Amino acid sequence: MLDLLFYIFASLTVVPAFLMVTSRSPVTAAMFMIASLVGMACLFVMMDAFFLAILQVLVYAGAVMVLFLFIIMLLDMDEGEDLRTRAIPSMAAMVLGGLILVTILGFFSGKFDDQFPEIQEPAALKLDGSQTLPEVYEKHLPLPYSTKAKTFGYGLFTKYMLPFQVTGVLLLIAMVGVIVLSKRTTDESEGGSAT
Amino acid sequence: MELWQEILLKTGFALGVISVVMGIAAYSVLAERKVSSWIQGRVGPNRTTLPIIGAIPFIGPFLTRLGLFQPMADGLKFLFKEEPVPGHVNKLYYNLAPVVAMVPALTTMVILPFGQIKDSATGVVTPLILANVDVGVLFLFAVSSLGVYGIVLGAWASNNKYSFMGGIRSSAQMISYELTLGLAVLPVLMWANPPGSEGGLSLVNVVNAQGTLWTAIWQPISALLFLVAIFAETNRAPFDMPESETDLVGGFHTEYGAFKFGMFFVAEYAHIVIGSAVFVLLFLGGWHIFPGVADPWPAGYIGAVLSTATFLGKTCCLIFFFIWIRWTLPRFRYDQVMHLGWVILLPIAIANLILNIAIIAVWDKFNG
Repeated sequence: MLDLLFYIFASLTVVPAFLMVTSRSPVTAAMFMIASLVGMACLFVMMDAFFLAILQVLVYAGAVMVLFLFIIMLLDMDEGEDLRTRAIPSMAAMVLGGLILVTILGFFSGKFDDQFPEIQEPAALKLDGSQTLPEVYEKHLPLPYSTKAKTFGYGLFTKYMLPFQVTGVLLLIAMVGVIVLSKRTTDESEGGSAT
Repeated sequence: MELWQEILLKTGFALGVISVVMGIAAYSVLAERKVSSWIQGRVGPNRTTLPIIGAIPFIGPFLTRLGLFQPMADGLKFLFKEEPVPGHVNKLYYNLAPVVAMVPALTTMVILPFGQIKDSATGVVTPLILANVDVGVLFLFAVSSLGVYGIVLGAWASNNKYSFMGGIRSSAQMISYELTLGLAVLPVLMWANPPGSEGGLSLVNVVNAQGTLWTAIWQPISALLFLVAIFAETNRAPFDMPESETDLVGGFHTEYGAFKFGMFFVAEYAHIVIGSAVFVLLFLGGWHIFPGVADPWPAGYIGAVLSTATFLGKTCCLIFFFIWIRWTLPRFRYDQVMHLGWVILLPIAIANLILNIAIIAVWDKFNG
């Protein structure tokens, strides 16, 4: 049953991803990308990572792709544009992608065969008086392998605080950059308020 | 239980919930027509009748005058009308769009708790819900934000500038008000998760936290922000930019007719039902009947039915509120909608969030 579901969701992820690259109409490509993202969210659900799955749909399918579609429709791109691929860049991309795939497969093959850690919920952790989340952190134990949203939040604000803050600063820089670029100062010709 | 039995049982539950929500949606269409006519001093639908029930003395004419049979007639009309497909549309997306609009509207009800049942022997309280997932509120936002694709696709595939304008407005409006929506809920979730609790983002947890006091009473700013944002997210007046008929003919569904239009129409009302239900759960105490009275019903099935009825009653009141607002307030202009969303609501939402964080921080400092 689970295997069958995996194959269904995996093909839901891979086939639209392929069609997205090959389709000529930008809107169709965007729709295939949404389908692919939703398929990936389904794969996350199969791995009990509900929180990641929901974030995948919420952020990518729900917000980023809406903006993509918005831009595509606003600019009214035609499918007549010549999108012929050039030989050298596509070859380079193929070789690089293949190398990355081989590396990942070589690195992970046989590594996780029978040793998936057991899922521990914070509620279960609390039963043993010494093992609440803050105490797990203070004793430098590994964070519990759990599906609860709370565990993600706890990890982000304790063990992974620095990466979290660095990411936040990066996003802030990106935001400021966009504002600066879009608010380009106009040459004060007529009225001067055209932005 | 065998796997197939479990699947069958779950499917049965899901179909039951869907039929209830769709029933409420169908009758909120009728409510819209009746309430609008009462507000405008008209009578509203009062002719449609059924052969046998309509002939019962007193009751039959009374039901007919209330228009109770009108939704059936409307549904049949949508089903049996000719379905013209204009020649200039993109066929695939034109047909796909109503489905895409409908599916998220029906999917969000999976995480809506609608009551609770207390086991009379053990006293264990179980919420009545299709899927009690830990990430309830996020699931709701994620799936309901997919609903905009139906509108955008339909608008684009119609190949009509009025439809197209409606679609563009819709996507911009959805993105803008989703921010306010999310930020308005955050204080509620923070207060519902005191240190040591295991509730997470589930709506059941939020309702249980309101046993003594409803959130709307002591979080009025969050409630107001959420209410405005949910009006905008469901494309209801005064935010019905995508279909403002005075400047866009019919908006995104200008080119649609018959059953496809019916699907857009029902999806909109399903969104209203779900939105009202979510507001009741987050701010109006869910199935707790009065502020301060936490579910006074007896254990067992009677209590379960009464708690569900409480929840449904509150939801219907809120649906009435939605309709009332539509026939009371004039529509915003599009630039006013954007101004309200980005310049007024979003800063208030952020300030509200920071204020609540500060209060919680001070509270923890002196109490823990």
